[in-house]
Amino acid sequence: MFDVAVIGAGVMGCSTALFLARAGMKVVLLDRGAICREASGVNAGTLTMQMTRAALIPYALRAHEMWLRMPEWCDGGHVLATGCPGLSVAFTEHEAAMLEERAHFRRQAGAPIELVTPARAREIEPGLSDRVIAAGHCPIDGFTSAYLTGRAFRPALLNAGVELRENCGVHGIKPGFAVETAAGVVQAKRIVLAGGVWLQDMAAWLGVTLPIKVLVNQLVVTERMPQVMRTVLGVASGLLSLKQYANGSVLIGGGWQGIGDRARGGLAVKPESFLGNVRLAAHTVPALRDARVVRAWLGLEAETADALPAIGPIPGIDDAWIIGSVHSGYTSGPYLGKLLAQAICGEAPELPLFPIDRLLAQEKAA
Amino acid sequence: MIYDIAVLGGGPAGMAAAAEAAQRGARVVLLEESAAPGGQVYRAPPAGFTVPPDADSRAGDALRATLRQSGAEVRTGCRVWGVGGGPLVPMDTQAAPFRLDALAPDGQSFAVQARALVLCAGTHERIIAFPGWTLPGVLGLAAATILLKAHGMLPGRRVVVAGAGPLLYAVAAKLLKAGAEVPAVVDLAHSREWARALPALAVRPDLLARGLLWRAQMLARGVRVVSGARIAAAAGGEALERVLVGDTWIDCDALCIGHGLVPATEATRAFRAAHRYAAEAGGWVPVLDGDQRCSVPFLYAAGDGAGVRGAAAAPASGRLAVLAALHDLGMLPDHAGARAAPARDFARAAKAGGAMARMMALRPALVQAIPPETIVCRCEGVTRAEIEAACADGAADMNQMKQFTRCGMGPCQGRLCGETAAELVAMHCGGRERAGFATGRLPLRPVAMDALLGDFDYADIPVPNAAPI
Ligand SMILES: Cc1cc2nc3c(=O)[nH]c(=O)nc-3n(C[C@H](O)[C@H](O)[C@H](O)COP(=O)(O)OP(=O)(O)OC[C@H]3O[C@@H](n4cnc5c(N)ncnc54)[C@H](O)[C@@H]3O)c2cc1C
Ligand SMILES: Cc1cc2nc3c(=O)[nH]c(=O)nc-3n(C[C@H](O)[C@H](O)[C@H](O)COP(=O)(O)OP(=O)(O)OC[C@H]3O[C@@H](n4cnc5c(N)ncnc54)[C@H](O)[C@@H]3O)c2cc1C
Repeated sequence: MFDVAVIGAGVMGCSTALFLARAGMKVVLLDRGAICREASGVNAGTLTMQMTRAALIPYALRAHEMWLRMPEWCDGGHVLATGCPGLSVAFTEHEAAMLEERAHFRRQAGAPIELVTPARAREIEPGLSDRVIAAGHCPIDGFTSAYLTGRAFRPALLNAGVELRENCGVHGIKPGFAVETAAGVVQAKRIVLAGGVWLQDMAAWLGVTLPIKVLVNQLVVTERMPQVMRTVLGVASGLLSLKQYANGSVLIGGGWQGIGDRARGGLAVKPESFLGNVRLAAHTVPALRDARVVRAWLGLEAETADALPAIGPIPGIDDAWIIGSVHSGYTSGPYLGKLLAQAICGEAPELPLFPIDRLLAQEKAA
Repeated sequence: MIYDIAVLGGGPAGMAAAAEAAQRGARVVLLEESAAPGGQVYRAPPAGFTVPPDADSRAGDALRATLRQSGAEVRTGCRVWGVGGGPLVPMDTQAAPFRLDALAPDGQSFAVQARALVLCAGTHERIIAFPGWTLPGVLGLAAATILLKAHGMLPGRRVVVAGAGPLLYAVAAKLLKAGAEVPAVVDLAHSREWARALPALAVRPDLLARGLLWRAQMLARGVRVVSGARIAAAAGGEALERVLVGDTWIDCDALCIGHGLVPATEATRAFRAAHRYAAEAGGWVPVLDGDQRCSVPFLYAAGDGAGVRGAAAAPASGRLAVLAALHDLGMLPDHAGARAAPARDFARAAKAGGAMARMMALRPALVQAIPPETIVCRCEGVTRAEIEAACADGAADMNQMKQFTRCGMGPCQGRLCGETAAELVAMHCGGRERAGFATGRLPLRPVAMDALLGDFDYADIPVPNAAPI
């Protein structure tokens, strides 16, 4: 009998499991695939405040710090986290107004974003296009190599005593809790659902209707090239994320949508999204015209009805918890897992959770 | 316009497929990245070059002539970088026409659409890593044939030829003919393996005769043929100077080496077609029915890309594929009648081809012999030791190994290192089936951003609605 069964080994499940085990609980972490091979292993790894929803800024700031110091709390595990300034840029008057409004809200939430002139923006980022008319500058930004996430967490999880079961899909949960897996039933006193876009299916096992929208985010990466940029770049609308890694490759993201779904995963790019995304990137950093695209892929990101997280107890079922559907959830992930672990251990979390009662009430009303 | 059939790749399989389809009245387009159709074995020399005719060039010219007369639209110099449509559509949407995105010779990208897609993308060469394999002067047998066949150029003056399969002797013979010195041919196969293959080869006396001729030429020219041996290391300063065979160093300025051919499955993987691991056919191959149909409706694979069966079998499989496509499109009433001849040709040629393919199958001992510090993935500089460390850290399949090491993330996307890496993962996780393969994604080949972008204004970019604040 485990104290807790965490279902889903993405960044949410891994960090929750790690901090639960460190607090003395006997934890089993189950995933139907390998550790961090869904959103948490294929995302753009941007640790940005300028794409994070204002309500999440306090969490993201704390998590940003955690990523940069990951080896200290994760037994040496790391994701090559790099801190650098971030710029969010505007090309039109409309975008400049959006930039100003959004910077204002995020500043109120604690992100140190200042609006800068195009000239100043180009001092910070010499690679920037001269078509930029305004920019938001945040000194706290950065990026990781998200493909290392599973490798970073795994040894720490094992050292903390977490029983990690990969390739062990869960297909139902009976009260008590009896977690039904492909390899038999796992008994646990508490459960944590951490299933990314599959949270909707997981909630259904408990008879809870929690609609989760699936975003099919596209990423494009270039071959290694000489340095063309040194910051994290985005646009006012949030539809671009751009950075160059130490090895010279440039990652182009921003949440352009491709073809895919919960059942088939991220399947294929849409030609128009692919073209639009790379054009926007090259419009922002003109030197990207000389790049060669080496790979494009897609991953699934979860979103609730109000696009705010689902983190907290599951109403009406004692000892059942949920964590996920966090916008820019990679950035905030490790801190949110730590918070949920605090709550499960009966402590008052440092910052408030995002209970799902609001979403279920909405669902009932509808 | 939507074509009835698009054919990707203009080797013998693709040429025969496109010609057959056009002769039967289909609107067909063939896309081929080389300047002329021909593929690996019947590669045409570039305009302005004349290479003395031989059996291959004559067979190639014949296929090219048939293709030309068939009326098929042939677009050469067009590298396909994208595949889409077909099953790659949103859930609950009707299957769409297939779409191929390609770069035209002028560097611009264009798309064609078709109701059925026949993939004839051929193979790429397997080179299992060994110390020194990344030195300049070491090149694949395939690259060497391209130099020799298409450009009439020599890879070096003193050239060791090594690896597996008939290509070894073909390349050695061509090198000798072109005036190079060949100090040794180092064949992984023991003589008895060749002896075992003979009965299967006997159904193709032409091939057998040619092979015997090649061997006779070797002996006459005093070429040392070392059987059942491998290149243990290559060494040199800036470039290759010598190779180690057993405990003997052989001086040379080029090493042509190939350990067999691997079917090019980038496109079938991108379409999420079912695949199976078939070591004797070169590796992972799409699951096909007896008429070259993939598990994805209206998608077909033929030639060596569907499993290595050799140049003689390729045209017949291309014809089978296209006949099935025409039948599935409702354009061929007498399918049974039409398929009989190519089916028979294919079965016969595939027997000889299969025997050759078996000799070119991956030899795990080569992988086991790789020293830990040897680079496996040259794009990303990943060694055997690093791959094994990732496996020890829990990577139990190719995709996770790739994530943990970057092996296969570079420009070649695993085409060069994939076989070595997969064997290493397989040794840890219990076999190639479990190790699986890297997910197929676009682009099929790296593509210049400039070609994609074209001229555009900011207003042309369909920026989606802003995310909520
Ligand atoms: C392409 C892309 C780019 C992104 N870019 C960024 C970015 O730059 N910055 C940022 O902050 N955020 C980004 N995000 C968002 C971020 O990746 C996600 O918010 C975060 O990784 C979600 O983590 P998770 O643990 O909730 O979900 P996941 O990582 O998806 O984990 C869910 C896990 O549940 C498992 N599971 C599912 N069903 C079952 C079952 N039946 N039994 C057992 N296990 C099951 C899955 O296998 C999976 O491992 C991006 C997302 C995508 C897709
Ligand atoms: C170097 C080499 C030498 C060989 N020599 C001999 C020999 O002497 N005798 C013999 O019997 N067999 C030989 N073979 C085997 C023989 O080439 C194959 O059996 C035969 O060519 C298979 O035909 P195919 O049509 O399946 O593939 P291929 O001939 O390989 O043709 C595939 C074609 O597809 C094109 N293509 C692939 N991807 C794309 C893309 N993305 N966009 C556009 N075009 C694309 C390629 O340019 C190529 O022309 C040789 C193979 C190699 C690799």
